[in-house]
This record gives sequence, C-alpha cells and structure tokens, in this order.
Amino acid sequence: MNLKTLIWRELFERKTQMITIVFGIFLGITTVVAIKTISHYSEKAVARELDTLGANILVLPKSATLQDYYTADMQDDVIPEEYVLRLTMSDAQGVDNLSPKLSMPIELQGRKFTLTGILPKSEFTAKAAWAGAGIFSQHIGCGAIELAGEKKDEDKQALVRKRVIETLEPNEALVGHDTATILGIKDGDKLQLKGEEFNVVAVLPETGTVDDSRIFAHLHKVQEMSGKGEVVNCIEIIGCCKEISAGLVGKINELLPDAKVVTVTQVVATQAKINSMMESLSLVFLAIIVVVGGAGVANYMYANVNERRREIGTLMALGAESNFIIKLFLTKAALLGIVGGATGFIAGTIFAITLGPRLAGVAVFPMPILAPIAVAIAVAIALVASYFPARRAATLDPCATLQEI
Amino acid sequence: MLTMENVTKRYKHRRSDVYALQDANVEIGTGEFVSIVGPSGSGKSTLLLMLGGMLSPSSGKVTLQGTSLYDLSPNERARMRKQHVGFVFQSFNLVPYLTALENVMIPLFLSGAAKEVQESRAKDLLERVGLGERLDHKPTELSIGQQQRVALARMLANDPQLILADEPTGNLDPDTSAMILDFFEQFVSEGRTIVMVTHDPRAAERARRKLRIDGGRIVEDKQDIKTRVVA
Ligand SMILES: Nc1ncnc2c1ncn2[C@@H]1O[C@H](COP(=O)(O)OP(=O)(O)OP(=O)(O)O)[C@@H](O)[C@H]1O
Ligand SMILES: [Mg+2]
Repeated sequence: MNLKTLIWRELFERKTQMITIVFGIFLGITTVVAIKTISHYSEKAVARELDTLGANILVLPKSATLQDYYTADMQDDVIPEEYVLRLTMSDAQGVDNLSPKLSMPIELQGRKFTLTGILPKSEFTAKAAWAGAGIFSQHIGCGAIELAGEKKDEDKQALVRKRVIETLEPNEALVGHDTATILGIKDGDKLQLKGEEFNVVAVLPETGTVDDSRIFAHLHKVQEMSGKGEVVNCIEIIGCCKEISAGLVGKINELLPDAKVVTVTQVVATQAKINSMMESLSLVFLAIIVVVGGAGVANYMYANVNERRREIGTLMALGAESNFIIKLFLTKAALLGIVGGATGFIAGTIFAITLGPRLAGVAVFPMPILAPIAVAIAVAIALVASYFPARRAATLDPCATLQEI
Repeated sequence: MLTMENVTKRYKHRRSDVYALQDANVEIGTGEFVSIVGPSGSGKSTLLLMLGGMLSPSSGKVTLQGTSLYDLSPNERARMRKQHVGFVFQSFNLVPYLTALENVMIPLFLSGAAKEVQESRAKDLLERVGLGERLDHKPTELSIGQQQRVALARMLANDPQLILADEPTGNLDPDTSAMILDFFEQFVSEGRTIVMVTHDPRAAERARRKLRIDGGRIVEDKQDIKTRVVA
C-alpha cells in the first residue's frame, strides 16, 4: 500500500467519474489548443502576406469598396485602360510592374468561374520604350529589379509570385489550380470559353487565394468577350519597395484624380484587423471554455471530495494527517490534469493541422510550446478545484468529516 | 491511562445550546474493559470520540497517557491516534475500493512500514480474525461479520493500547457478536484498554466496568464485583 495504489484504486473504482473529468479537461484543452494553433498560423500568414505584398498599390474606380486584396478586380465598376498608359509614361519613381485586370463571370460545365483579363508586361513596356520614357527606366535601386531573360516556364508561374506576366498571346490562357482540378485541365489542353478556343499554357500552382479558381486570359480578349470596351476593373502596381510605394501613392493620385488609390498595406491592415477581431473573439471563447470547463471540473472534484468524506474521516481516525489527505486529492487532480491536458494537446494539434488549412486557408504545424501550457492550465484548474474542499475536509474535526455522530 | 476532566460538548442549535455532554469526569486505567450504555442521543458516541481525539470539547480536558489531547495541534493528535488508538465503528468504515488486505495495510502504510512488512503483518492479522482465505475480497464481497472482522484486523495493525468501539456488534447477528466480544476479551488479556459503547445488554455484561449516560451526564459508574475480585 502506498499513495499511488490508494489513488489508482480510487480512480478505477469510479471509472465513469474519472472518464468524465478527464474527458471534460480533454475537450476544453483540445478546443483551446486547436484555436490557438490555427490563429497563430493564420496570423503569421497575414504577417507574411503583408511583408511580400507591402509594396503593392491598387488603382480602383472611386466607387469601389475593398474588402480583400485578391478580389479587388471583381466588381462592376471600371476605369479606362488608358490609365495604364498614363502611368507608364509618367515619371513616377519606384514602379517595378503594372498589372491591369478585368474580370467577368463565366460558366463551365454548369459551374461558375471567373475569367480575368491581364495585360502581359511586354505590351506596355514596349509602348513605354517606344515613347523613349517611362517609369521602368527610373529605378532607384532597392533590390527588386527584374532580371532580364528569365526562363519561359518560370515566367508563367511568376504570375503567382509577382502578379505580373511577361508574355501572353490572345488565344492563350492560364488556369488556376482549383479550376484546373475541377475541370480536369492539364498544361497544353484546349479550353472552350464562350465559343472561343484557348490553349492552356500553364496550370498555376496553388496559392490559397481566389486566384486558384480563376482563368486568366489576355486583357484585350476579355474586354472583347465582355463587350465593356477598353476598360479595366483595377490596376495593380508593384512598387519596388515599401518605402517608395508610400511616396508613389501621392504621385499616382495626382496622375489619376478620378481613381481611388490604395496601398495593399492598408488592405491587408483591414484584413489584419478582422483577423485580430476574430482572435479576440476566439479569446472570448477560450475564456468561456476555461470558465465553464473549469467550473465543470471543479464541480466534479468538489463532489468527489464530499462523496469521500467518510473515507477521509476513516483515514484520519487511522492517524492520517491533514497534509496526507490534501496530498491524496491533489495528486489525483494533478494526474487527471496531466492526462487530460496532454491528450487534449495532442487532439487539438491534430485538429488544427487537419482543419486549419480548410478553415483558415493556411498551413498549420504543431506548436510544442503549447504542450506545457495546456498541461499547466489543466493541472491548475484541477488542483484549485480540489484544494479547497480537500483542505476543508482535512482540517475539520475528523469526527465532523466521518459523520459518525 | 485515559482521563476526562469536566468535559462539556455544547452545540449551538438555532440559537439555543444543546449539550451533547455535560461536565463529564472519568478515569480509565490501563487494561480496563469499560462499556458505555444509555439511551439514544444521550452522548455516548460524543464521549467515545472525544476520548480518541476525534472531537474537540467545548471545555474541559482529555488526557491520553498523560498528554492533553486537545492542547495538541490536529496533526499531533493524528499521530497520537496512529500510535495509541484503534477505532471500531458500527458501520466498519472499510475503504470500499480496497481489498481486505489493503484495508489492513493502510494504518501500517500511514506509520511508514515497508511494503513487505505491511503485507506480512496484514496477512497475519487477517488470519488471526479467521479471514486468511479472504485477503483479496473487497468489502462488498464480504459478509457483514467478515467486514467487521476486517475492521478489527485493521484496528489492530498498529498495535494500539487503547481500543475505542462504538456499537461494534450493533449490526451483527448473535453468533458473530459473540465472536467479536471474544476477540475483545483476548485484546484485554493482552493488556489493552477497551472502551465500548453498546446497546446490547449481553455485550455490556462482558465488560468489567459499566458507565451509564443519560442526557449528556454520566449517571452511573459500576464496577463488576466478581471480575474485579478476579482481576
Ligand atoms: N452537530 C450537532 N449539532 C447539534 N447537536 C448535535 C450535533 N451532533 C450531535 N448532537 C446532539 O448530541 C447528542 C449526543 O449525540 P450522540 O451521537 O453522542 O448520542 P449517542 O448516545 O451516541 O446516540 P445513539 O445511541 O443514537 O448513537 C444528541 O442529542 C445529538 O442530537
Ligand atoms: Mg452513537
């Protein structure tokens, strides 16, 4: 007989109670760990996005509302394509690339997709060079200068990274990852869009954004197909670095007084704000889980101590000191906390890894740092909940605990 | 070895005082076998538990082997119980999830005996009360009489000089009662002191001294002449 046997026997004598408590702790910790892990990685993703897209500027119609950087071109209002030329011919500094876009909905195999027209860089740089001026000659060197002579197949993929494409023929199309998967399209396939035939020059890699469900074609082709004329929904400007794009906004505002100019930093900041709102919301959830779960565990522990008053009294009659009684209950509580906390951490991590990409659209990895925290929370709740009733039972006159009178 | 001096236990009950025990004075010598009788609610259990350091008096003094029990801290009192006192209860108070053997091992474990010592001594004790075949049975798998015998073995584990029993035969059939009382006589002959609360006149007869309590007061203290002569 020792403390361990005593605790062990009692636990297994009241199996359902033990399972209920452990399961309660387990569920709470699972939720906490899952939420925390997912929100950690989605925050990181936003931060990374902000970093890579920080130098981008959007030119939009005045009336455009802007929720999401990636859907900036999916609205009805338009601006003239001529703006692109105006920008190209200006002396604005720090522009790496321009990317005008026009989108229209199309139906394929009974499903809705977005056809987005883009203008390959070759078209306007040629114009600018021909004009003997233009923004691309005015780099002031902040490291993002394009290398000449990139390989052709890399070029198509560059749309994903740099949001700009070097060349694109009127009968060529690029297909987003999800669209390709749904329609079963591979590189080199032919694609019928509104009676026109396109060669699929590339299926784009997965980005986790709405770009995955788009089809890209030449801007002028899309303008023709939509019948809207020489207009675009938005122009994306890729600045060469964050610092410069700040000054660039003012310059573009001057150039295009009838358009709305926003930096992506602002857009992503809005997104980050929504994210942080989601996070504080999840914090509220966490608090509720901890309080409700904690109260449940506390209640069970409390009931268990009360249920065992006779036993406590007996042990005290046999000479057990109050510290022994308290130790008996706290060890048990710690044990339940550790098991519930550790299994909860594992389950929460598995949840986060499998559901994270679906719920938050980000890759999620285990966060080992949460393991000790999860266990500590679980143990602390179980300990606090047991300590007070156990101490009370242990410090009363044994006779009051034993209820022999 | 055991004294009570002017001991009173008063409960506050809805603003009026209830006296469970009033101005009790007793002196019990080593090796005595004392029974306590009296009507229900007269304060028998109160007196007994106070003698064992389980219930603090409102006033007065209880000494065990010269030590004033209630001047000690609760933990010191627990150590006194562990070393000197064995309790037997009407409802046995076995730990329900432990086997007979493990129940008997508890006091040995509490006084820090090694595992092998715990086990061999617990076995010996259970054999002594005739339960050598029931070591691995849990309380619910034992008859009432067997349960009380496990409780007896557990009570004996730390070799107490003082045995305090509250209606030890109250739940038992006559044969088992007689068996328990036989054990008690053995314990007395080993030099232990026994104080036993009982409703059973025959059980009371076995004791050599009878205290009668009524309304919280000790109203009679009778030594058995025959046995005193023998003693
Ligand atoms: N917590 C309490 N509050 C108020 N009164 C109490 C309390 N505990 C005991 N009493 C009273 O003390 C008196 C003595 O109780 P005690 O249990 O000692 O009687 P008893 O002689 O052992 O009775 P029984 O033979 O029924 O076991 C009773 O009248 C009881 O009502
Ligand atoms: Mg009683």
